[in-house]
Amino acid sequence: MFTSKSIAVCVSVLTSASAALAQSPQFGQPIEPADIAAWDISIGPDGAGLPPGRGTAIEGEAIYVAKCQACHGEKGIGPSVALAGALVGGMGTLAPDKTPIKTVGSYWPYATTLFDFVRRAMPFQESKSLTADEVYAVTAYILDLNGIVGSNDVIDAQSLPKVRMPNRDGFIPFPRNPK
Amino acid sequence: MIRRTHPEPGDPAAGNGVLSRRIFLEAALVAGATGAGLSRGSAEPLTVQPWMKVPGPGFAGYGQPSPFESKVVKVFPPPPNPAGVGSSRTPLHMLEGMITPSGLHFERSHSGIPEIDPDQHRLVIHGLVKRPLVFTVEALSRYPMQSRIAFIECGGNSQALNAPQAQPLNVAAIHGLLGCSEWTGVRLSTLLDEAGIEPQARWVIAEGADAAAMSRSIPLAKAMDDALLCLYQNGERVRPSNGYPVRLLLPGFEGNMNVKWLRRLKLTADPAMTKDETSKYTILLKDEKAWQFVFPMEVKSVITRPSPGLTLRGPGFYEISGQAWSGNGSIRQVDVSADGGRSWAPAALQGPILPKAPVRFRAAWQWNGGPAVLQSRATDDTGMVQPTRAQFGDERGLRGVYHYNAIASWRIDEKGEASNVYV
Repeated sequence: MFTSKSIAVCVSVLTSASAALAQSPQFGQPIEPADIAAWDISIGPDGAGLPPGRGTAIEGEAIYVAKCQACHGEKGIGPSVALAGALVGGMGTLAPDKTPIKTVGSYWPYATTLFDFVRRAMPFQESKSLTADEVYAVTAYILDLNGIVGSNDVIDAQSLPKVRMPNRDGFIPFPRNPK
Repeated sequence: MIRRTHPEPGDPAAGNGVLSRRIFLEAALVAGATGAGLSRGSAEPLTVQPWMKVPGPGFAGYGQPSPFESKVVKVFPPPPNPAGVGSSRTPLHMLEGMITPSGLHFERSHSGIPEIDPDQHRLVIHGLVKRPLVFTVEALSRYPMQSRIAFIECGGNSQALNAPQAQPLNVAAIHGLLGCSEWTGVRLSTLLDEAGIEPQARWVIAEGADAAAMSRSIPLAKAMDDALLCLYQNGERVRPSNGYPVRLLLPGFEGNMNVKWLRRLKLTADPAMTKDETSKYTILLKDEKAWQFVFPMEVKSVITRPSPGLTLRGPGFYEISGQAWSGNGSIRQVDVSADGGRSWAPAALQGPILPKAPVRFRAAWQWNGGPAVLQSRATDDTGMVQPTRAQFGDERGLRGVYHYNAIASWRIDEKGEASNVYV
């Protein structure tokens, strides 16, 4: 037979046990946004995350020739590495019954993606080695080769998100994603 | 003639020799489904082999397959592509069951396999959260864990079947960007709750620690549903080629989204429109439009045996075996045909049948030595049926590259050799 004291002890044990269960483990360590900066390289299509700096296609050509051309080919055509793909051309090849040539110019919907990818992943043998100015310049050069910007246009955090890519409206949602 | 309600083992169930699946449920095979057609003379006398007479070698710290199995390896193209870029493929035709041995799990990498020191690795969660947090691998290892068996299939798997003419390729070359493991780790929702999700967050940008910093935008709903941060693969730490020390698992979603070597999760209101979710992994349709953000790998199956390279040795009984899977749920049924899809019979499904995991299916086949075209057709528990190649092409054309899931066909010729064909 339970005494009132033993019941009280049971209740107290149950209460503390459920309190312990309710508190999920927390092993994450707080970090200041400034201390994440070196890793925070995502660029949004609205330009969010673009760093200070600037470049033009004329400035970008020398960087492209030195750092990109060996794989991607002269003027972005005829890559020597198959997976590198062509960066330039293919306009009009998305049309029905044509063999698509998907390049930055013919297929990519956002110019910001080009900056984001070059900065994080290129040049292949030494990624993340280009300065912001160099990434802006080589981005400008590839856009110029595709006839999307002029060779003297300044590409920076303000102008890049405003670049209208030819295939900007080429994408529609997949109709069978899970709700 | 006596009409039976249920077929007996060995009874024909579909054209060109497909037998009832009951054969897998019965202890004894009946005559007619054995080696009929094979001449079976007496076996050679048994001899005592050298390994029966002297002790074998001792223990090894990490076991390896028999040297006689040295042909069971991943396949990948030779240079000139830089090492580690592109993919290696699982030799599905040499494997059984549902689990892929970790060393044979396909790989897709964009800048090689990083050699990550787990003590130096960090995972950061930031963006639209109340408390940006950083985790060591040791910290992740202290959370309550979950295990689940799940397939990962590259969005580009089977893309060779988009080609206008059937290519002379085998299972690994066509369908080998598929693997299945028991994955163990921490629910992503646990860590996102700890960081505190801001109400305007809708997406999570996941990024790897490889030199390519491979990056994809994940719907927050999926992250909170069944996403797992995997520390273990088939009971041991995740292999470097599969994301050591921690990878993202999004059960059923296209392989590219299951980011390996995971270093960063940034919560945002909108997707980042990364290279791999715009220029790649989008499906160009018959017109000039392309589907973007195609998440689930839809219902699919492939016969792994017989298949190209596995030549039949004369007429008689064969098991038709393969895998079926769906990124939308569980496999409900697999049908098999030996006459190019004119007639079908249900295959036996090997349990356990788990959601977003492959199922091994088996059908009994009495090959008469004549031409045959073997096909499998899977149905999942949402009712979705694997399309024919014609149905698949009618919906989206054959320029899409990714997410090819139509019925595949192996022709068997009179020599018993299998080849990839379109019917």
